[in-house]
Amino acid sequence: MKMFKKLAEFLLPAIALGGVVFWYLTAPEYVSDDLLAGMENGDAIAGETIFWAGGCASCHGPTGKKAAGAAENKSAQFVLGGGHGLNTPFGTFYVPNISSDPKHGIGSWTGKQFANAMLKGVSPDGSHYYPAFPYTSYAKMDVKDVADLWAFMKELPAAANSNKSHDIWLPFKLRRGLGLWKMLYLNNDRMVEFENPDEKLARGQYLVESVAHCGECHTPRNIIGGFDKKRWLAGGPSPDGDGNIPNITPHDSGLGNWSLNDIVYSLESGFTPEFDSFGGSMTDVQQNMAKLSASDREAIGIYLKAVLPVASKPK
Amino acid sequence: MKTILKSTIFAICATVCLTGTAVADGHLEKAASARKAVMQLYSFNLGQLGAMAKGAVEYNSETASAAANNLLALVSMNQGPLWPQGSDYVSLGHEAGAMPEIWSTYPAITEKSKALMVGATNMAKVAGMDLASLQGAMGGVGGACGGCHKVFRKKK
Repeated sequence: MKMFKKLAEFLLPAIALGGVVFWYLTAPEYVSDDLLAGMENGDAIAGETIFWAGGCASCHGPTGKKAAGAAENKSAQFVLGGGHGLNTPFGTFYVPNISSDPKHGIGSWTGKQFANAMLKGVSPDGSHYYPAFPYTSYAKMDVKDVADLWAFMKELPAAANSNKSHDIWLPFKLRRGLGLWKMLYLNNDRMVEFENPDEKLARGQYLVESVAHCGECHTPRNIIGGFDKKRWLAGGPSPDGDGNIPNITPHDSGLGNWSLNDIVYSLESGFTPEFDSFGGSMTDVQQNMAKLSASDREAIGIYLKAVLPVASKPK
Repeated sequence: MKTILKSTIFAICATVCLTGTAVADGHLEKAASARKAVMQLYSFNLGQLGAMAKGAVEYNSETASAAANNLLALVSMNQGPLWPQGSDYVSLGHEAGAMPEIWSTYPAITEKSKALMVGATNMAKVAGMDLASLQGAMGGVGGACGGCHKVFRKKK
């Protein structure tokens, strides 16, 4: 009995201390207010480019029957009611409504709240978002681009639908723990270091690594869902268990045989150099890329040619 | 032991019987490989047009018209017999890339083929005019190919 008491005397404070440390480490982080001074003064026209580069509509756009033909119909893609289910090894995430509807969407948000969602993965009520929302890529965005996107998104139509709650495994339901994950993976680091990149390469790097978040699909992940940085853009089995994600590094098992023009043209037209077409999720991504300027598509190609070639793993 | 043996024999028989038709006359495999041939012809003609569109070869009005007319002729074929039920990749294994949803959600796919018809018709109309018109028409065809492949082709 004495022994038990002694143990309790030691254990309980230890657990309490552990709890405090955990609570401290997992607290949401915010962008400083000074940086966000211009959040309500963005340029909506410039924001449209960010909207397409970021592929917002590919996840948050119309689902089910409404989605038929939406990829080809620009205005249908502006209805960001979400609802689409994303299958991952952690469970199914249901994409939220980010339309301008004040009740079901994000119409009642402030620019600062929007910026903290995009750049820090924190919701207006201070909880962590799951990284199914690719904020670890968006975290590297310029604040001005986030402000422009916000200005554009505020003008989009409202969708008055609510969506299912995420259906994920119990341990992952505790969002607070994501604070620890963010300590590992939420930062401004570049994925590739170039010595004196010219303007085009730097633009390509910004688009691929941040706004267009290409790595979110094309880079394999470790067991806790972080990027396998050594295999940046080297593809691998699809996380939803169906098919393979292509290697887009300049290795022979990736885009090694594609010329710069091949890459750029595929993003414009949807055709591979063999004149097969893209399939799966890449068809929507390509439709988004087709709406960028030719110079942005070229920048993406230049970057993809400049990253380290990595061999695909045998299937 | 006897039961296990019996059920094993039954399972083998059932498998042979069920797959027998396909193995016997191979009509499903033939349809799948004929489809592949059509896709290759699409791709060949698109390759002629695309090479000009992306600046890999010089624009030639006659070559462009010929390729675009071939494409339209291919798209205009009645492809019904090439797509028999049961010729999806689940039934045929790696022989086919067609998703079973083509048949289970029919006639959804007809919308996709209509989009291809629109794209190819437009291409045939403008490919011989000048390079800019050809370039402008590529996206419509590419969008139609991708639109169908996005949902109805097995992921690679």
